Amino acid sequence: MKVLYFAWLRQKIGVGEETVDPPAEVGDVRALVEWLKGRGDGYCAAFQDIDAIKLAVNQEYASLDAPVAAGDEVAFFPPVTGG
Amino acid sequence: MAIRVQREDFDLGLELKGLSAGNHSVGGLCSFVGLVRDMNAVGGEAQDISAMTLEHYPGMTEKQLSEIEAEANRCWPLEASLIIHRFGRLAPGDQIVLVATASPHREAAFEACHFLIDWLKTRAPFWKVEETDAGDARWVQSRDSDAQAAARWSDDHEAEPKS
Repeated sequence: MKVLYFAWLRQKIGVGEETVDPPAEVGDVRALVEWLKGRGDGYCAAFQDIDAIKLAVNQEYASLDAPVAAGDEVAFFPPVTGG
Repeated sequence: MAIRVQREDFDLGLELKGLSAGNHSVGGLCSFVGLVRDMNAVGGEAQDISAMTLEHYPGMTEKQLSEIEAEANRCWPLEASLIIHRFGRLAPGDQIVLVATASPHREAAFEACHFLIDWLKTRAPFWKVEETDAGDARWVQSRDSDAQAAARWSDDHEAEPKS
């Protein structure tokens, strides 16, 4: 599974992109976030206020309840500020 | 229909000419150009901005912009449309974004252009970090007014993005 982080999430976690292999019971984004938080303090800091974070699964906006599986691309980022 | 995500600047005149070139059913062009301001309010206090860096999510950016543009073309009778969004480090006064529409009649061109920039601001995965004259860098916060501007179009068009 490919996971991407943008803006201040990338800065807190320290990488912009990584490939992870969570256990099979990680079946949705919410569980993925909890699992990622076990990887280090930077992750805990980035995901501290989960309601402040937007996400996408396979480049479409999604919610914490969205299912995820091996091979998916999941991205976490703050609300967008383009234009 | 065309979208471009690029580091380079763009020439508004050339882009508008290209939009109607060879198509004489175009009766009007409408464009919006977003620029980097030299000032932004931080906690109610105005701060001078020396530069702004935009990052984006390659792949998803193009996908979202294409979807927004296709939606505009479904809702209005456009002959052509163009979105250019820049990324990288920009200075005050620099052009950031161009949205342009071409239609037989002005109403469709105006409305579709307005729709595109409103929706782009809430859907396109870009993030801005501002540098102040004092040497600080801070991430630009999204604004409720932008979400409200996009939501105005929801009565007639697709619902807001999920999450």
